[in-house]
Amino acid sequence: MASPKYLGTETEFGISVVGRPDFNPVLASSLVVNAYSADGRHRARWDYEEENPLRDARGFTQPGGHEPAPEDDVGLANTILTNGARFYVDHAHPEYSTPECATPYDATVWDKAGERILEHAAERAAETLPHVEGSDGARPGRIVISKNNTDGKGAAYGMHENYIMDRRIPFGELTRHLIPFFVSRQVLVGAGRIGNEFGRKDVPYQISQRADFFEVEVGLETTLKRPIVNTRDEPHADPERFRRLHVIIGDANLSEVCTYLKLGATSLVLSMVEDGFLPPPPVLAQPVKALHAISHDISCSQTVALDANTRTTAVELQWQYLERARKYHEEGLAPEWAEEVLALWERLLSTVEDDPMKLDGVVDWVTKHQLLDRYAARDGLDWSADKLKLIDVQYHDVRQDKGLYNRLVDAGRIERVVDEGEVQQAVAHPPRDTRAYFRGRCLEKYRDAVAAAGWDALIFDVGRESLQRVPMMDPGRGGAATTEALIDRCDTAEQLLDALQGN
Amino acid sequence: MSDGGQVRKGRPKQDEENTETTEEATEEVDTSDVDDLLDEIDEVLEENAEEFVKNYVQKGGE
Repeated sequence: MASPKYLGTETEFGISVVGRPDFNPVLASSLVVNAYSADGRHRARWDYEEENPLRDARGFTQPGGHEPAPEDDVGLANTILTNGARFYVDHAHPEYSTPECATPYDATVWDKAGERILEHAAERAAETLPHVEGSDGARPGRIVISKNNTDGKGAAYGMHENYIMDRRIPFGELTRHLIPFFVSRQVLVGAGRIGNEFGRKDVPYQISQRADFFEVEVGLETTLKRPIVNTRDEPHADPERFRRLHVIIGDANLSEVCTYLKLGATSLVLSMVEDGFLPPPPVLAQPVKALHAISHDISCSQTVALDANTRTTAVELQWQYLERARKYHEEGLAPEWAEEVLALWERLLSTVEDDPMKLDGVVDWVTKHQLLDRYAARDGLDWSADKLKLIDVQYHDVRQDKGLYNRLVDAGRIERVVDEGEVQQAVAHPPRDTRAYFRGRCLEKYRDAVAAAGWDALIFDVGRESLQRVPMMDPGRGGAATTEALIDRCDTAEQLLDALQGN
Repeated sequence: MSDGGQVRKGRPKQDEENTETTEEATEEVDTSDVDDLLDEIDEVLEENAEEFVKNYVQKGGE
């Protein structure tokens, strides 16, 4: 039986200071992250002890890899929130990593909570922008935060998914099953963008924000030569038992339907790989080329080459995975949330097959395309018009009163999955059934005593001779069931540590 | 397996998409509705599209 798939997302947000194009994005990102928890209280630092982004899942550590060292020493903001999330500056972007969640639904809730956190943080940060010298108190600017993945000018930044899985699965096997799945899933969960990275005039709009930036099938890189399957091996958990699959190929979604399906379907595929439930996978002749070709065809009918001189489509590939997942569920092997995900997967796939444009209001790339299309028709615009490019960016603006996706939500034109009340709750509170609960509650209650925190440990300083490290090596342990009463009972971190040590 | 800690299961709200999908499915698109939407969005769009787009430059990330 497959292991439970603890999961989460991490999103690098686009950041822009309107009216001040030269403003340093690293500084702007720091202002945003710091503004969110600027209450003058002590802040725990991030624990880098277990971070090694150059450790490769194929069994070696890459010398001279292209991963910049952690920039904490130059004072980049790096915080842990009471909802168990990490909120920090990475590569000149504010980045939000959800806490570990036990279900795709919960991960969708905490992912959406990240948008609310960024909205609030940017609003507060704007008040802290330094004035322009000699401007006589003119407005110092506005900070715009976009949950997208490209500026349309050659830069890409990521939304990564993380899935905790069984360490015993050979990585090569995982890769073979995942490549056709990742190459084809974009037709259901792409975020859409104007233009392309190849100077092609015949691709005015495409399905995925990320596809054009991928160059290889498998590899360790995340910022150069991006691979379809990433091999970074940092489990942030017991390395004997767990693997954390780090998925870098997805688009950042505003659509909750897309986020939910992306996480749910991928979790099911991983479970099927663990249980040896999948037949030998289809083998794409040129996966990277197929990824681009599928993204470039908004009719979703593009065929791509398989090895045996046959061709297939993204829709056909997705049906193969979906049909196996249905069978997996029928045999009682799938988690209890699977039924809802399978129904959604089937509904969206059937619709894409019929007419993708019918997913307006459901799937990001279609919703945005239809909006752009209506504007182009009304105003007689070409797809290269600045106004359309603006709409392409502003669709992803996290502000609920200005972001175009959010305006469509308010107009009742968007299908939602989660409840806004749950999202608001998730802004400040952790999930109850993973170790994120212990992390979030401790940050809330004993913040002054938490010296550092990471995914798999909390480090307390209660004035004793040495710091006290509390390891959390299993993502499924440390939830409310085992720690809520304990935390409620202990007024201080000292009491908590004594209780944990059985004193 | 976990209980998910959920109070409720996510249910796609079918009623919220009907306006759109039926509009797409039939030949007669209710343009007044679409015009209203575009007018509403016009009101929140950044004022100077050309300048905004020119200055929207991001550093590469992951």
